[in-house]
Amino acid sequence: MSLSRRDFLKLGSATAAGVAVAGKGVDLAPVEAAATSLKIKEAKAFRSVCPYCAVGCGQLIYTKDDKIIDIEGDPDTPHTLGRLCPKGAATIQLSNNPLRPTKALYRAPGSDKWEEKPLDWMYDQIAMRYHAAREQYFIEKEKDKEGRVVTVNRLEAIASLGSACADNEECYLLSKLNRTFGIVYHEHQARV
Amino acid sequence: MTTNLIDIQNADVIMATSNMAENHPVGFQWVMKAKERGAKLIHVDPRFTRTSAAADIHVPIRSGTNIAFFGGLINYAIQNNLYFKDYVVHYTNAPFLIDPAFKTATDGNGLFTGFDPAKGTYDRTSWKYQLDGEGNPKRDPTLRDPSSVFQLMKRHYSRYTPHMVERVCGIPKAKFEEAAQLFCSNSGREKTGTITYALNLTQHTNGVENIRALCMLQLLLGNIGRPGGGVTALRGHANVQGATDLELLYHELPGYMAQPLRDIHPDLTAYMEKETPKGGFWVNKPKFFVSLLKAFYGDAATKDNEFGYQWLPKRASADAYSHQHIFVDMYNGLIKGFLALGQNPAVGGPNAKLARTAMQRLDWLVVKDIFLTETAEVWKAPGTDPKNVKTEVFFMPAAPAAEKDGSLTNTMRLIQWHEKAASPPGDVTSDAEFVCTLAQRLQKLYAGSTKERDKGFLAASFKYGDNPKEPDMVEVLKEVNGYATADITDKDGKLTYRKGQPLNTFAHMTDDGTTAGGCWIYTGVTVEGPDGKLVNKANSRKPADEKDYLGHGWGFAWPANRRILYNRAAADLAGKPWSEKKKLIWWDPEAPSNVPDKKGKWVGLDVPDFNAFLAPDAKNGDKPFIMRTDLVGGFFGPLNDGPFPEHYEPIESPVKNLLSKQQSNPVAKIWKVPDQKNELAGVGSPDYPYVITTYRLTEHHLSGVMSRYLPMLAELHYSHFTEISHELAAELGLKNGEMVTVSTPRGKIHVRAMVTHRLKPFIIDGKKVHQIGVPWHWGYNGIAELPGSKGDITNDLSATVGDPNVYIQETKAFTCNVKKGVV
Repeated sequence: MSLSRRDFLKLGSATAAGVAVAGKGVDLAPVEAAATSLKIKEAKAFRSVCPYCAVGCGQLIYTKDDKIIDIEGDPDTPHTLGRLCPKGAATIQLSNNPLRPTKALYRAPGSDKWEEKPLDWMYDQIAMRYHAAREQYFIEKEKDKEGRVVTVNRLEAIASLGSACADNEECYLLSKLNRTFGIVYHEHQARV
Repeated sequence: MTTNLIDIQNADVIMATSNMAENHPVGFQWVMKAKERGAKLIHVDPRFTRTSAAADIHVPIRSGTNIAFFGGLINYAIQNNLYFKDYVVHYTNAPFLIDPAFKTATDGNGLFTGFDPAKGTYDRTSWKYQLDGEGNPKRDPTLRDPSSVFQLMKRHYSRYTPHMVERVCGIPKAKFEEAAQLFCSNSGREKTGTITYALNLTQHTNGVENIRALCMLQLLLGNIGRPGGGVTALRGHANVQGATDLELLYHELPGYMAQPLRDIHPDLTAYMEKETPKGGFWVNKPKFFVSLLKAFYGDAATKDNEFGYQWLPKRASADAYSHQHIFVDMYNGLIKGFLALGQNPAVGGPNAKLARTAMQRLDWLVVKDIFLTETAEVWKAPGTDPKNVKTEVFFMPAAPAAEKDGSLTNTMRLIQWHEKAASPPGDVTSDAEFVCTLAQRLQKLYAGSTKERDKGFLAASFKYGDNPKEPDMVEVLKEVNGYATADITDKDGKLTYRKGQPLNTFAHMTDDGTTAGGCWIYTGVTVEGPDGKLVNKANSRKPADEKDYLGHGWGFAWPANRRILYNRAAADLAGKPWSEKKKLIWWDPEAPSNVPDKKGKWVGLDVPDFNAFLAPDAKNGDKPFIMRTDLVGGFFGPLNDGPFPEHYEPIESPVKNLLSKQQSNPVAKIWKVPDQKNELAGVGSPDYPYVITTYRLTEHHLSGVMSRYLPMLAELHYSHFTEISHELAAELGLKNGEMVTVSTPRGKIHVRAMVTHRLKPFIIDGKKVHQIGVPWHWGYNGIAELPGSKGDITNDLSATVGDPNVYIQETKAFTCNVKKGVV
């Protein structure tokens, strides 16, 4: 949000004045409207859900030119009524954050640095590792405890963790990939 | 949770066992609302926190003694006749008779009948009901038969007196009795209470029994299924519930169905026989399971090939593959490659040093996350020379919820959709795009294979919608929801579903392959509207109002948009609300039925949790717990460690178990790890004399990935710290803010001492026992300009030990030493 210091002070004093006289029955709506219009003027609003704890506070995300400019609580949400905690109120910095890597990175064996790589290269390399591990370590059949041969189609050389921060659809897709590929070390942080 | 956050306002008493005010602050408003309406709040916690500050009674409890406390409450309710007898007799298995060979832990000095010390497991043959000639459990509705569940439970908990609670938990007897009287007297027709919990109860070597003890207390007081009652499970992460429902878990497939085991599920017939109970709603499991196989394998799943059952991996053992197994097996070299997607085990899991060392032994590691986590940079861990780490690491930058479409399931089973508000920057991708792209590259590598073992994987589709780059999440949700794989007609030949049409309810799933569905409990979340278009109910946004306080028009709560589970129990046997004040669902004999010329329907403020047209006087019309084979709530419920929860000390404890000769859970899982990577302190060890618990802060999140890299949050805590009582600080000569060294046999950390009145020493059996608390959000990465965003890893202190049912770790109660300074 781009607010000059002058705008900010103007807004602050307007709000303070509004609050000071509110007890005498003055309508606060113009002050609220002024505050709101500053934030979302010409912005597009999207419905969202807080990605932190599992209360699932409804959020409204405002964007301009495909860039998030503000995230606030959605007052329509029946179980949270528009409120957010300090973490929820900081959600915007998950997106707008200079520490966030925006390129795929590779670290070679024994190396002390990351190298930027094209996504395509990364997918191919990762797929080759998955494929090689499956080809080398796949267990197709083994004996059960009574000595009968059973088809087990299991791959124990690859483990997969995560995630409770992935969406339901993503969790399902990962379950589908892991289970159809034969992976049994398959977990997320439910217990952690 | 069985209930709904909004409904907490209807409670007459709330017992918070976690720090809800700080860890679920926005949910806590409903506790405050209940208080405004006259409810009382009890807070049971070793520390005095902001939740305690809002409470009427704070009950300090030594970590690791929750079952002694709940057992004390169960005993108190029974001895003082405070339980809800009508509810207990009719809606639970209290009157059922148990095999006379079964004896409680009161008779076995801490062990139940059947313990095999050589195997370290129980023979559970006698842990069963006595059956009548027709195979139904024998009952004694007077609850007087000494073999009845009620009498056995009474006998089992007879040792759990207020005096014993004081000796074991360190809760003064008068304080315990004050809390017990308050909680247990808010029971019966007119009153209800709820209990909140989080990982404070689960992360123990008797974690599952802790939750059972809580549930038993709620059944005894008649609190399940009723407004203001229930079990308020507070999950810690935005989609822990959803990731569990969709089963990113070692032992299950989506919708809570077992991942096949080699020794008992060799084929589909064996699986169905073993896994389908004779009664309760789970009799429908074959329909849900075949629909799942159809969702996975599509047209390749046919009746002739067991719907692809043999393509699913079969587990070699039930005691394998869990979170803790992963890092032990990785350390031992069994695991070569590892995907950490949205998870940071270098910091977040138990015995984190073991986890990091294990990851440094991998051939390759793929990390998908928003920031460069300690897991991604495990080769830079303190004390590590990158040259010696031969692991290849692939880091794929991830998108937060704001940058993608999708749904999250919150702690009250509410599925809510979020819209993509902005495009992810650079080469950042959603997890869905990553999984689908990887899967399709792998399918290319397997293209043309004729091997049977590859056929299932090649048959699985990872294409959703028209855009090959960005899978359509609504299409994925539709597959999860379920759809018809062919035209389906009813018995009169009328078309009920067109091929491809989404299913309205899981009641329409079949076991003949004509329906597919990735997770049966989610069915109903996408339906077809009157205009033939797909309606995504996760994205419905109708606020609650006076007529619908539970807000059924906001999102979709599984199952069937039901907001309070087991709600048949909100009415009495005849189908009338127990009281006007606590009404939720009731039988309206005049409402039109689903059969012409008949009347009668369950109506009210929620979706009935059973057949809405089943009259209260019909067979099983008075049985609320439809997911259980016997349709009633289970006081007697065989787990691996017993049919009743019994107090054992944590694996590491400063004191002997005062309740029995059995020191710790006899069937707990304790991993042996080479190279002294999982050493344990002995009982009452003078080297590790203090109890330690771990916890979370409002301003940080879990292993810190979503808080330590955000200036708005990272600057709110000056540094990593431990909370230490004034009494312990005086013994150690410590001042507030000084550095201390906290150590266990696994590792040590250097943190600041926060000397506080929030913790007090406990008097355990007449002896002073100190407890400290340490938050666990810190790690070696963070913001360079904010040194306080980095810190030592608390989980380096915890051990690789687990509960015998689900292998959850014991990070809420173990022992440590504290020394002044950095040593």
